[in-house]
Amino acid sequence: MKHLRTPRMDRCIGCQCCVLACARLVHKLHSWTTAGIHIRSSGGLTTGFEADVCVACEPAPCAQTCPTAALTQRKGGGVIVRHELCLRCGECAGVCPVKAIQMEQDSGLPYLCVHCGQCAPFCPYGCIEFTDDADRDAPDDAIPVPSVRIRKESGHAPN
Amino acid sequence: MPPIDIARPFSRILHYDATSGKARVEEFGLRAEHLGGSGLAAALYEASGLAAASPDAEEQPIIFAVGPLTGLFPLMSKCVCGFRSPYNGQWTESHAGGRLALALRFAGYDALVVTGRASELSCLIVGGHRVRAVPVPFLRGADVFRTGKYMRGMVKGFSGHRSTIRIGRAGENGVGFACINVDSFRHFGRLGSGAVLGGKNIKGIQVVGDSVSALPPGKSYPSLVRDIQLAVTTTSAMRKYHDLGTPENLEPLNKLHALPWRNLQKTSDSGISDMTGQRIAEDLLLRQSACAGCPVGCIHIALLREQFGDEHDYLYKQVPYDYEPLFSLGTMLHITDPERVLSLMDETEKTGLDCMSAGVALAWAAEAFEKGLVSEKETLVPLRFGEWEGFETALRHLAGRDNDFYRLLGQGALAAAACYGGDDFACVLGQEMAGYATGEVFFVAQTLGFRHSHLDNGGYSFDQTVTEKDAGAAVKYLLKDEHDRVMLTCMVACLFARKVYTTEKLQECLSSLGLEDMAGVLPEAAGAVRDLRWKLKMGTGFDPQKARIPKRFTEITTWKGGIDATYMEETRGLYSREILRMGGR
Repeated sequence: MKHLRTPRMDRCIGCQCCVLACARLVHKLHSWTTAGIHIRSSGGLTTGFEADVCVACEPAPCAQTCPTAALTQRKGGGVIVRHELCLRCGECAGVCPVKAIQMEQDSGLPYLCVHCGQCAPFCPYGCIEFTDDADRDAPDDAIPVPSVRIRKESGHAPN
Repeated sequence: MPPIDIARPFSRILHYDATSGKARVEEFGLRAEHLGGSGLAAALYEASGLAAASPDAEEQPIIFAVGPLTGLFPLMSKCVCGFRSPYNGQWTESHAGGRLALALRFAGYDALVVTGRASELSCLIVGGHRVRAVPVPFLRGADVFRTGKYMRGMVKGFSGHRSTIRIGRAGENGVGFACINVDSFRHFGRLGSGAVLGGKNIKGIQVVGDSVSALPPGKSYPSLVRDIQLAVTTTSAMRKYHDLGTPENLEPLNKLHALPWRNLQKTSDSGISDMTGQRIAEDLLLRQSACAGCPVGCIHIALLREQFGDEHDYLYKQVPYDYEPLFSLGTMLHITDPERVLSLMDETEKTGLDCMSAGVALAWAAEAFEKGLVSEKETLVPLRFGEWEGFETALRHLAGRDNDFYRLLGQGALAAAACYGGDDFACVLGQEMAGYATGEVFFVAQTLGFRHSHLDNGGYSFDQTVTEKDAGAAVKYLLKDEHDRVMLTCMVACLFARKVYTTEKLQECLSSLGLEDMAGVLPEAAGAVRDLRWKLKMGTGFDPQKARIPKRFTEITTWKGGIDATYMEETRGLYSREILRMGGR
């Protein structure tokens, strides 16, 4: 079982490519509010960035509190989401210990990471990783660091 | 509210009238005709019918417009601001990144149009589910940073999903080149958009991206996004913008004798060794940052540590830097200590001045001071090349419009020269010059360019790559390049991505979203937008045949030798006739 982790947020440049990828690929929508990962600054852009994302609890309080089984426990941590069962009560967002569930305003539906890993390849600096269970309890700095993906170009030209 | 249709045929506009405090949402025109960004702003202004009205009339709009590809593809991350310039009265545009473009897209609007004047200093909050003004009389005179901190507290719960734009004292006081700061590190810089917002008594605008758009079914769109993301991140296409960033250009341009020094008295100087892109990155670069929707990370932020007390009393600042401010507040003022240039940038930022225009205007003032045309009676502090303290104080006087001299200088070096003399050495090409002393074609291109910007076309590139002095070929190049850039500024792409987004690639992107009609007419529609922009610019006072290039630009020496005034004049004449033709004159 694999999970999404955010071991190197100190490298984050705030491009939000992961957020847009999640909305686009997982939810087939274009927005900031229909994604399972959220990138925010803590008190302005001078302070760097943090990621709000599901940490794959097991048992997951959001699934335990959900009255309709719209969120159910995923084996190995995290939850399975069935929007069609959701009553839009918002109880799940209230109990999430890391505030990783976003209630989208128009639909009233919860959006949270389902640990599919589709966002990870869109991070240009390896801030987020889709890793095996074996790494799950490893400290962040134990996860291998990928090389930065922006490559070198030769020559000089005006901008 | 159901998800917004990404392929809707019309543009969705939020109008806000600051006088009445009322807003309305409008379905405007046909996107296949006005496209977006530059084209949408121009079409909205044409529809307003205000070209004949005074540029500072309350009803004049300030328009923030995004494009059909905004946020949908990498580097489609810019926003166009259209307005009547307080600098020259003409219809113009300024472009900025940050988070504003995506915030507007996710608020569900193609453009935000603000008209009127608030009865007291206010901040405007807009989103898909909100429009309200908050009185902020206590922020009068507040700097850009304090204003940003306050504004971030006005709307709770949208960190990362909003954009905060604001002005400083310069904008409140109507300085002709006051800018709008976008999300701390980006700007609508040139030609005075900050003064337009100040004239509306609006200190800042917060845009909340709180809505959702539906994407087309199928795999062609996500697969194209993936291909372009790979192209910009795993190939060499964008590397220079991320690594050293635009300051990489300082050393090679100095070597070419194409870097303006001391108010363009020189084009090269050994002092560059103190201030190369490499050296700044190694000594001062704190980190890189990015506009929302762009994986490149071209925003370079320096750590400036300053001692403010006698003991171990330090403060630190994070100062974004680029080639242009290093030229305008560095080499142009003959200051080569990067930390002192960063101090000037920080002061410029706080006051809400445009750093390029302010630096070049102060460079003129320093030469006028050197030549005795002005004295401390006018400048209030000594303005000498290489002495940064005087310029730091002068920036505050400029923003405050503290006396007649600074009031005039705030309208540009030529406005001050008209009073004090020295127009021969005012480095003004339509507005204060950009940092490319590359030769005849660039000087013509900025003088006559729609935004008087080095980004209107690649005139600087033509100077460097074509050795023949063929005015016809130069103008042909400028026309083609302008057209291609207009296509990009309608989408609205970062111009750093111009090699990635060819016409065919843009058409592919539009088609993947279900905008085949727009894709089919893209080159022709961009041509129509280009012509409309010229028509509006000329209809609001621009006469390309009256535009002149000051004498200083004929006196310099580049790697090619002296400037060929005949070639420059021939290029200017040909290009101005083409502009008249495009504008329907």
